[in-house]
Amino acid sequence: MSDYQLMVNAYAQAGGTPEVFKESKIAHLVVHKNKVIGSHLVKGLILEPKETESGVDIELKIMKGVKIEYPVHLCFGVLPKEGLQEINIRARVEDAAGVKLLAHCVFPNAVKVVHKMMAEIEIGDSAYYEYNEVHFHGETGGVEVIPKARIKIGKNSRLVTNFSLLKGRVGIFNLDYESEILDNSILEMTAKIYGYGHDQIRIREAGRLLGKASHGLIKSRIAVKDNAQSEIINELSACAPETRGHVDCVEIIQGNAQARAVPIVNVTNELGKVTHEAAIGRVDKKQIQVLMARGLEEEKAIDLIVSGMLR
Amino acid sequence: MDQDKTEILKVEKLSLNLDGRPILKDLSLSVQTAEIHSILGPNASGKSSLAYALIGCCDYFAQRGKIYFMGNDVTHLPVDKRAKMGLTLAWQEPARFEGLTVKDYLSVGIKGKNDDLIKEALEFVLLKPEEYLNREVDKTLSGGERKRIELASVFAMRPKLAILDEPDSGIDILALDHIINLIKELKKKGTTVLLITHREEVSSISDKTSLLCTGTIVKEGDTEEVGTYFKEKCIPCPTRIYPGAENNEAERKSE
Repeated sequence: MSDYQLMVNAYAQAGGTPEVFKESKIAHLVVHKNKVIGSHLVKGLILEPKETESGVDIELKIMKGVKIEYPVHLCFGVLPKEGLQEINIRARVEDAAGVKLLAHCVFPNAVKVVHKMMAEIEIGDSAYYEYNEVHFHGETGGVEVIPKARIKIGKNSRLVTNFSLLKGRVGIFNLDYESEILDNSILEMTAKIYGYGHDQIRIREAGRLLGKASHGLIKSRIAVKDNAQSEIINELSACAPETRGHVDCVEIIQGNAQARAVPIVNVTNELGKVTHEAAIGRVDKKQIQVLMARGLEEEKAIDLIVSGMLR
Repeated sequence: MDQDKTEILKVEKLSLNLDGRPILKDLSLSVQTAEIHSILGPNASGKSSLAYALIGCCDYFAQRGKIYFMGNDVTHLPVDKRAKMGLTLAWQEPARFEGLTVKDYLSVGIKGKNDDLIKEALEFVLLKPEEYLNREVDKTLSGGERKRIELASVFAMRPKLAILDEPDSGIDILALDHIINLIKELKKKGTTVLLITHREEVSSISDKTSLLCTGTIVKEGDTEEVGTYFKEKCIPCPTRIYPGAENNEAERKSE
């Protein structure tokens, strides 16, 4: 079976829909290790991958005023047990443009795989950028994922990121996203991760609300069990009038797992406001009893509550 | 054990202490099948604690006494085992579940994930399935909507005995008539109802009423008679928070 077919199969296991790779209206890019093994463009989208020694450098640009109708599908992965993949993305969404990206990162056989991603994202004025990233890691836990993003959002724009790692072992995960938001723009960052075994999860998501009336929401939903560990650092700064921000972190622990939440809230303008809430602990006892009172066993009740939170 | 054929729930001398404080004291109760039986009592008389003890909540296992459900001793059974036998509770403060839809929640008590039963349950509480099935059971629902969904969840389960803990609380006056009709409808559909309330006008729909005060049943029988007693004697009575509180009150006065 070809690498392309194996990647598509892993993509399907991660929850992707392989049919999109045959659809002419939908742009896609498939990268295995440092090889581009599939790509398709649509009008208004510039997507230029350049293979490097350890990965791929990607230039992504949405031309001014262009709104890409269907999500752009990206698939990155390493199929062998060992390997390094470094993806560098420079994304530019010009004024009044919009795009939604759906990235699947697949490492189904990883025993010693390192996946690094560095994204520099610039979003113009009145623009829209949504980045959804779903991971599928297999069951060995032998993968190290290091995604990093530096994001600038112009005026009257919106950026949404959704990260989820719910299938397979996390391994070692170290996410670091930083963003700056100008006037009347909105930032929404959400991360949902389920760790077990000896998984280690570290997330730092930071937003600086620099422009007047800019808004930010950073949300984390983490479940850890066995001996897994998580540390979530959510940071929002309100630096201009009428800025509003909220940090919302929930971590559920089971077994010997450990979780830590560090909400950092900075306000440097008296007309700005940032709130935060963080909850760490076992699954709420009342929720468990309520489901058990409908006939569900305790373990199944816990699974249902956790899967709902991570959905 | 010689159980009456029509007795669905029997409680014998149940005592429950929480944090060293007596909550239920030698409480005995008998509920017959196919009836609405009210537990009427003032705030903090032990009504919700009784409900939690009856369904087997983990912190509410009685220190003394027995609970029989359909002739079986369930005193030491956990919540899910009692639920599988047909005993459940509609909570006074329904829980919220992030990410779970109304459909997910109603499915929990139904064998085989029957979509028709779920829709029927929502229609039973006058909520349109097309508007609610995919909504999350979280803070986006109002208190009144959650109450109805809680009742729908009980209805969908088709329990033999449903304990309804203050189904009227947090409900506006217009919705109250509807909730009362739902309770009567539950009975018609074959579910025995143990209705917990502090409002005599709500308990008035019952076939039988037991009056709970300071953790024990102090009067039971004809609903009208117990309701009149509650209005005339209990409402004006100084608050007694738990059994033995009268002694504390006496001590306080003597100081």
